[in-house]
Amino acid sequence: MNKLAHSPPPLPDAEQLLARLLDQMKPVVGPDTGIVGIHTGGVWVAQRLHAALGITSPLGTLDVSFYRDDFQKIGLHRDVKTSDIPFDVEGRRLILVDDVLYTGRTIRAAINVLFDYGRPASIQLAALVDRGGRELPVAADFLGGNISIAVSQSVALLRDNAEKLSLKVNEK
Amino acid sequence: MWHNPRNPQLTKNGELHHLLSLEGLPAEILRQILDTANSFVGVTQREVKKVPLLRGKAVFNIFFEPSTRTRTTFEIAAKRLSADVINLAINVSSQSKGESVLDTVANLSAMQADMFIVRHAASGAPYMIAKHVGPDIHVINAGDGRHAHPTQGLLDVFTIRHYKKDFTNLRVAIVGDVLHSRVARSQIHALTTLGCPEIRVIGPRTLIPADIRSLGVQVYHDMRQGLRDVDVVSMLRLQNERMKGALLASGQEFYKYYGLTDDKLALAKPDAIVLHPGPMNRGVEIDSSVADGTQSVILPQVSFGIAIRMAVMTIVAGN
Repeated sequence: MNKLAHSPPPLPDAEQLLARLLDQMKPVVGPDTGIVGIHTGGVWVAQRLHAALGITSPLGTLDVSFYRDDFQKIGLHRDVKTSDIPFDVEGRRLILVDDVLYTGRTIRAAINVLFDYGRPASIQLAALVDRGGRELPVAADFLGGNISIAVSQSVALLRDNAEKLSLKVNEK
Repeated sequence: MWHNPRNPQLTKNGELHHLLSLEGLPAEILRQILDTANSFVGVTQREVKKVPLLRGKAVFNIFFEPSTRTRTTFEIAAKRLSADVINLAINVSSQSKGESVLDTVANLSAMQADMFIVRHAASGAPYMIAKHVGPDIHVINAGDGRHAHPTQGLLDVFTIRHYKKDFTNLRVAIVGDVLHSRVARSQIHALTTLGCPEIRVIGPRTLIPADIRSLGVQVYHDMRQGLRDVDVVSMLRLQNERMKGALLASGQEFYKYYGLTDDKLALAKPDAIVLHPGPMNRGVEIDSSVADGTQSVILPQVSFGIAIRMAVMTIVAGN
């Protein structure tokens, strides 16, 4: 067997993807834009964006466990984090941040959560990486890059002690 | 139906299917409930206080014994999870109680119930119900006789964790009518499992069960001695309705020796918190100036009780 045929395509560098995201977002965000990261990887990305974009309203974090559409099938996730939206959602421009965009179901749930805090002026989506496989009509407004991996694989964002981000592919 | 004969509350995989007692529940499950409840506290402070988790589920509050607070908080919790709630207050007739309870449950099951919240004056009634319901139905004990009141015990430890962060160096005093108290038993089991090193029970000889030391607690009959340097004072309600015979001289006599007053509370640590499961008998087990004072966390307990019940219902419904 040809060994090369089995070696996975190289993963993009997460820090480069983040830089691309920043370039796209810089022209459109203001100091009072609400940045909301989705636990856990999305929060890491959001923290970096929030700091680099000089946004003054505090960072929001979201856990979508209470809004997932697979609760009836698999129950509550073991490690539910706390959602914290430390600004008024009503009338505000929001940017939702996630690490990996896949089926779109997490984003659907996250939008529902946000509306239970108030009626935002708009919600846009920033994703570090898009792996395709959408099951809902969801698209990123700001995107670091695309990757192509098998359905049997998942991609996770990692953060080291120096807060450097990287991507890793796992077999499910 | 019991999925796991060794612990009827758990599934074969060791997950929580019913909540009947805190006795024998692993620390991991207790922590999962407390952590989940913490996330629900945030939900209850939002503009929209509801989440869609139990949409389309039917939760039956079946209370064979009167209760306002517990029934109401279960009802609010279920509604905030978007469940449909049906409240049934059932007066137990004197004849063949066991049979009629199971008949009631069988009838409600036929109406597609998904969850039963049960309060009963007889210890063990929720176990009997859990044993007889179908495999997809969940049972939560909302207080059975003198035996257990697990969601109260959970909200008490949640409150303690909220203010004290950690259990492993806490000294907790449980004061009053321990004999008739299902709350005290649930608290002792939860605190012990979570690693609390020193639990004291304080009360008159007539209201402390003889075998309580087997739970690993220290017994004090002198309240002033027992309160010394504790971090948490958990007062119990004097259960007049459960008293049989002359266990007490009078409420006034009780207040003199075991009522929590400012001068007795001063013996505890300066940052000690005061809990009470409600409803309070002011001037019997607790003085108004303590109940309404700065160290009292009695009203936060009530708010946390909703989050705890949301967490328990969500976790069992998902397993």
